[in-house]
Amino acid sequence: MSYHINHLKELESESIFILREVAAKFENPVLMFSGGKDSILMVHLAYKAFYPAKIPFPLLHVDTGHNFPETIKYRDDLVEKLGLKLIVGSVEEGIKNGLVTEEKGFNAMRNGLQTAILLDELEKGKFDAALGGARRDEEKARAKERFFSHRDEFGQWDPKNQRPELWNLFNNKHQFGEHFRVFPISNWTELDVWQYLAVEQVELPSLYFSHKRKVFKRDGTLLADCEYINKRPEEEVFEEVVRCRTIGDMTCTGVWKSDAATIEDIIKEVSTTRMTERGGRTDDKRSETSMEDRKKHGYF
Amino acid sequence: MEYKSSELLRFTTAGSVDDGKSTLIGRLLYDSKSIYQDQYDAIKTASEKRGEENVNLALLTDGLKSEREQGITIDVAYRYFSTPKRKFIIADTPGHIQYTRNMVTGASTANVALIIVDARNGVVEQTKRHAIIASLLQIPHLVVCINKMDLVDYSQEIYDQVHDDFESFAAKLDINDVTFIPISALVGDNVVNRSKKTTWYEGPTLIYYLENVHISSDHNFIDVRFPVQSVIRPYNDDFHDYRGYAGRVAGGVLKKGDEVMLLPSGFTSKISKIQGPDGEQEEAFPPQSVTILIEDDIDISRGDMIVRPNNSATVAQDIDLMICWFSSDKSLQLRGKYAVLHTTQEVRCIVKEIKYRLDINTLHRDMENKEINMNEIARITIRTTKPLFVDAYRKNRITGSVIIIDEATNNTVAAGMII
Repeated sequence: MSYHINHLKELESESIFILREVAAKFENPVLMFSGGKDSILMVHLAYKAFYPAKIPFPLLHVDTGHNFPETIKYRDDLVEKLGLKLIVGSVEEGIKNGLVTEEKGFNAMRNGLQTAILLDELEKGKFDAALGGARRDEEKARAKERFFSHRDEFGQWDPKNQRPELWNLFNNKHQFGEHFRVFPISNWTELDVWQYLAVEQVELPSLYFSHKRKVFKRDGTLLADCEYINKRPEEEVFEEVVRCRTIGDMTCTGVWKSDAATIEDIIKEVSTTRMTERGGRTDDKRSETSMEDRKKHGYF
Repeated sequence: MEYKSSELLRFTTAGSVDDGKSTLIGRLLYDSKSIYQDQYDAIKTASEKRGEENVNLALLTDGLKSEREQGITIDVAYRYFSTPKRKFIIADTPGHIQYTRNMVTGASTANVALIIVDARNGVVEQTKRHAIIASLLQIPHLVVCINKMDLVDYSQEIYDQVHDDFESFAAKLDINDVTFIPISALVGDNVVNRSKKTTWYEGPTLIYYLENVHISSDHNFIDVRFPVQSVIRPYNDDFHDYRGYAGRVAGGVLKKGDEVMLLPSGFTSKISKIQGPDGEQEEAFPPQSVTILIEDDIDISRGDMIVRPNNSATVAQDIDLMICWFSSDKSLQLRGKYAVLHTTQEVRCIVKEIKYRLDINTLHRDMENKEINMNEIARITIRTTKPLFVDAYRKNRITGSVIIIDEATNNTVAAGMII
């Protein structure tokens, strides 16, 4: 008699367990959806967790207004296919209303502005749990995250005072006005995600696969040429065959020279590459602990 | 494809301050080529900034600002790497006494614990504490890594001394599988690559051990336990009468057609269908998440448990526990009321009795001083407001564990193992 399952099935089972715990233990959960592969995986797992019932929570997308058009199309198609409710928090609106102020200068981006918009939406929707697709292998501050991560009434994370998390018993108790961030795919690595998406044959946005795009180079990273980035005069635009390893907003997502046209190509690329996927994220490079600093304030 | 058959192994690391735990993890990641170039460059720059001579591999795991400042690990950090044989999840836990609760956390889900001993210092109080925690938490396999062998001239005598000291202490504990490996995390001896300087050592390298230790029997496949997480009711035309019980198998093998008993009602029925993530399946076993459908229309909800009629969990309200106390603000209160989480149940409890405090250096059971403060271990009895469906922790880590929550602060104040 031999009963054992491979690592992808075990990770899948763990994530489904957590998604179901969230639905059972919280009053009003929401799934933060960015359009990236990790949030696509989250939706896929949630579909399985509650099948044949519908996913029992809405999706929340914080739209910087600088998204790749491919991301928005994929998001809208997915929502329609699964019959989900979508909430869009708009950074553009936030700037107009004076909730946040646009950054200035060459490296201006709206990444940091998303936090205020996100917290505003969570408060408006009275959400007590926000499900996120963050993974511990992504970044050193994320490596310390719990599955159920407590946030105070200001949405802040206190990394030095986290609740111990044992076995599969998740303490979700909180005061009114506080909320939890829950990360069901904490234990997945980038490679696990790709392998799983391949096995499951999940449809993905075209941005992840190699395509021709107008790009320019900044601080060793290739960025997509678009109207939202102020280029320096010496930053020359050229055409390159690239793909995205992560998908964020156009202003901070680096693209990679790559010929990976299929998911199997991507797996090969990911398993031999010498750079982390966030290595192209200019939002992480602002300081040694920029992720921890942003997370403390309520970033994803 | 090869990756489809790879197994997942979770291990935890424990050691005293400066035993080189973070360095060992850095070494495992580095030598197994799991460190990316940009990560390596980042820690290289950070090491130079700090005025350190060598690239400090510990910076890979010490991610928080305050950890980098103090040069110690404060919180559990999770790390991932894989070899062609297995995928590994490391819970890197702090060695300092005030962070013992984090070691307990990391240990709770581990298949293997690495206890790191500084060869120069031998078995110290912390080592004993870690061995006790590994024993209490019933980590199936234990590896004592005798580190910094390079600083003791790779002396077999020192290795033997640590080996004997640890074994004589462990004999008093509930530990059955211990392996000793002489290593140098800094230089890399016997971590991934076999050392030429320990010719007297014939055992495996650390990575060989981790790749090959037998873990498929770490779950309980005998006693059927299925705590119900939620009821799946689609309320649509295609699945009009569908009523599925979602959960993760905590023990045993459930098969379609099996007779089952429901707790607390005691009603029996048969499994009519098992819905898995990929569709219908014939059987379900730990740690699978599935949805179970039964033949009869019986009222079942979250917190109930599916078992077999001739092999039930114990239905109990008076429960004996070994606990590790976590709270720094308050000690355990006799007659105090707390919230308790067990499988998918949430109840309240009163602490009926504190039997003894376990002195973890001498293993003495102190019946006199029974004040239980942070990081202390005690045997207690609680009475719960509703019956729980329990097994001894030795028999099943899932149905045998609880956490205790202070309702005033909502903090998790203790981990409990059912006796």
